Amino acid sequence: MDRELVHPFSKYLRSAMMPHIWCSGCGNGIVLNCFINALDDLQIDLDKLVVVSGIGCIGRIAGYTNADSFHTTHGRAIAFSTGAKLANPELEVVVISGDGDLFAIGGNHFMHAARRNIGIKVICANNFNYGMTGGQQGPTTPLESLTTTTPYGNIEHPFNLIHLAAACGATYVARWTTLHVRRLTQSIKRVLQKEGFCFIEVVSPCPEIFGRRNKMRTGLEMMEWFRRASVVENFSDPSKAEISSEKIVVGEFVNKEKVSYERLLHEKIAQINEKRVEW
Amino acid sequence: MPERIKHPPLDSKKVKPPNAEIHIIKDQCKGCGFCIQFCPKKVLEESQEINARGVPPPKVVNEGGCVICSFCTAVCPDFAIFVVEKPLEEDVKT
Amino acid sequence: MSGRRALISGAHFMSGDIACAEGALCAGCRFFAGYPITPATEIAEHLSERMPDFGGIYIQMEDEIASIAAVIGASYAGLKAMTATSGPGFSLMQENIGLAVMTETPCVIVDVMRGGPSTGQPTLPGQQDVMQVKWGSHGDYSIIALAPSSVQEMFDLAIEAFNLSETYRVPAFVMADEIVAHMWEKVVIPHASKIKIVSREKPHIAPDKYKPFAPDGSLIPPMACFGEGYRFHATGLTHDERGYPKTQDSEVQSRLVRRLCEKISKNADRIIKVEGIMLGDADVVVVAYGIVARAALSAVRKAREFGIKAGLLRLVTLWPFAEKHVAEVAKQAKSIVVPEMNCGQIVREVERAAKETPVAFLSKLGEDPHTPQEILELMRRNT
Repeated sequence: MDRELVHPFSKYLRSAMMPHIWCSGCGNGIVLNCFINALDDLQIDLDKLVVVSGIGCIGRIAGYTNADSFHTTHGRAIAFSTGAKLANPELEVVVISGDGDLFAIGGNHFMHAARRNIGIKVICANNFNYGMTGGQQGPTTPLESLTTTTPYGNIEHPFNLIHLAAACGATYVARWTTLHVRRLTQSIKRVLQKEGFCFIEVVSPCPEIFGRRNKMRTGLEMMEWFRRASVVENFSDPSKAEISSEKIVVGEFVNKEKVSYERLLHEKIAQINEKRVEW
Repeated sequence: MPERIKHPPLDSKKVKPPNAEIHIIKDQCKGCGFCIQFCPKKVLEESQEINARGVPPPKVVNEGGCVICSFCTAVCPDFAIFVVEKPLEEDVKT
Repeated sequence: MSGRRALISGAHFMSGDIACAEGALCAGCRFFAGYPITPATEIAEHLSERMPDFGGIYIQMEDEIASIAAVIGASYAGLKAMTATSGPGFSLMQENIGLAVMTETPCVIVDVMRGGPSTGQPTLPGQQDVMQVKWGSHGDYSIIALAPSSVQEMFDLAIEAFNLSETYRVPAFVMADEIVAHMWEKVVIPHASKIKIVSREKPHIAPDKYKPFAPDGSLIPPMACFGEGYRFHATGLTHDERGYPKTQDSEVQSRLVRRLCEKISKNADRIIKVEGIMLGDADVVVVAYGIVARAALSAVRKAREFGIKAGLLRLVTLWPFAEKHVAEVAKQAKSIVVPEMNCGQIVREVERAAKETPVAFLSKLGEDPHTPQEILELMRRNT
């Protein structure tokens, strides 16, 4: 009895676009894998899913997912998604983008979307640099790291994305690495069933570009770093979400209930219309 | 070690180990090595052949040892490996 | 959508900004994302109050870049969407305007022009963005821009802008100026049944055969939206008919960029609107648009009283530029005069189209547009 050698997730991928452009050992493929795994487990209606990405290697993920997808300009994925979600709140809008796209050029949009609590789900593949353009420093590059624009060592303090997301008001904030595939998939499932603005940081290897300049030449070395340094501290306080070369605290840090912007908006519109008198 | 886990499981004679079928889509592999490194049962090893990408894909060295944890399936960035459970002999239609 | 639609038909006295907002609502606009900026703020404020009547969505975004991004998102999710801004915000929006062009997103952007450059004179008029609307974003592309001269036109051209953007799947611009936006005039709002509304063409093909950027002979692809089961991909990268990025293929780049330009240029005759007054035997023709055209009309009438055979070609559509109309006027007129509230922008296009016919330009910057007297003097000097 012959079995077809077809990966069970093939139907979630746009076959004409495969194989993807990501390097050997790149974490982006793992983010895609975990995302699809979550979609599959929940049997999400793919017709109602919209995947929005920004610019960067991770930005190509919208092209690979077999659902309505949009690849926006640099940093604007969240603003675009706000428009889409409000226009049709039935859509499940997921933004998958990178650390530079979401927190440097896109920082302002992230802050406000979280503040408003618009019901979009944001997954950030944090690889500590701008990979697509060759490895420049970004807002999450660790101190002293070597990148193409910090050849003498980075002197900028990086963001702690968990602190930032929690402070801005996200209803769900979690950090995992690409090694924690099961828990990452669980988190994605959780956010797909949750109301409000949700954020998952995925610490992801970029061996060809970031790792190579920082003494971790292969994906395996970077994953081993995650294995060594990560500590699961679930349900913990966002202030405990340390991230450094010695310690990467992973877990779910915020998981609260807060009414979403789109629900408030539509309730308000209904209220206004009840009170209005016919002209 | 606590008392309750010193004894073997009560149904250990009835439960059969899973029958794993590991599929490797050789030409899709980019040779990152994650599946090999992180398999808890050391079922995979780097093979000697070179695939269409110019890298050695993994090969199965101990399919019987696989417990279908599916970590390889979940961690592969290239969708090049997946594990399914072989149906039991009695269930196969002739 | 639920809600009590209160479409107010009849004669009204309103300001330009309000008329523009009401026009948008008549046209079916159900999404507005904006940011406060003088002199366009009134459009946002009015829509924040009126949108709920139509079950539409109003949101004030954190900046103009987010506003235009949200407009594109809402348009792709199926709603007619718009934003309104002025010079500084318009500059910020340029990158995403490019995205709207590249992804062929129907949307309307109102630019209420004020004195520039930079922060300039927020409360005073200008016509300084008329070249920026055509060339502001990087790359080669074409858009449609309209210039209202009256409050009635603020209403009418808002509807026209939506219809054009939906027909041609292109961002359409209403280039108002601070005077037209803030002045109060009579506006007649026709009954809903008398207003022509055009919506984007939807695909009539099965999802698995649909190619989101394959034009159907009209150079314009039918548009599927999110949530309709088409599972399409759209990107700002150069893409093929399936929407997939093709960043290494020269043939694809050539095909795509040329089509984006041609879908407007080849349909220019259908898009362009001008108003010709007393052009039949005119020796000197004033080419003007926006608030300046009002003074120009007065000047032309006065000139006729003095025996000067004057005429007015009022540009209602700024882009695509009415080259054929200007060329025709240039053939029989002895000279053309162009008054603008800038240092010389549309006049360059007029010169190009007029060829041998001399074109004189009169610049005015600041609070007041040209007076009819100034335009009359200009005509006298160039007869």
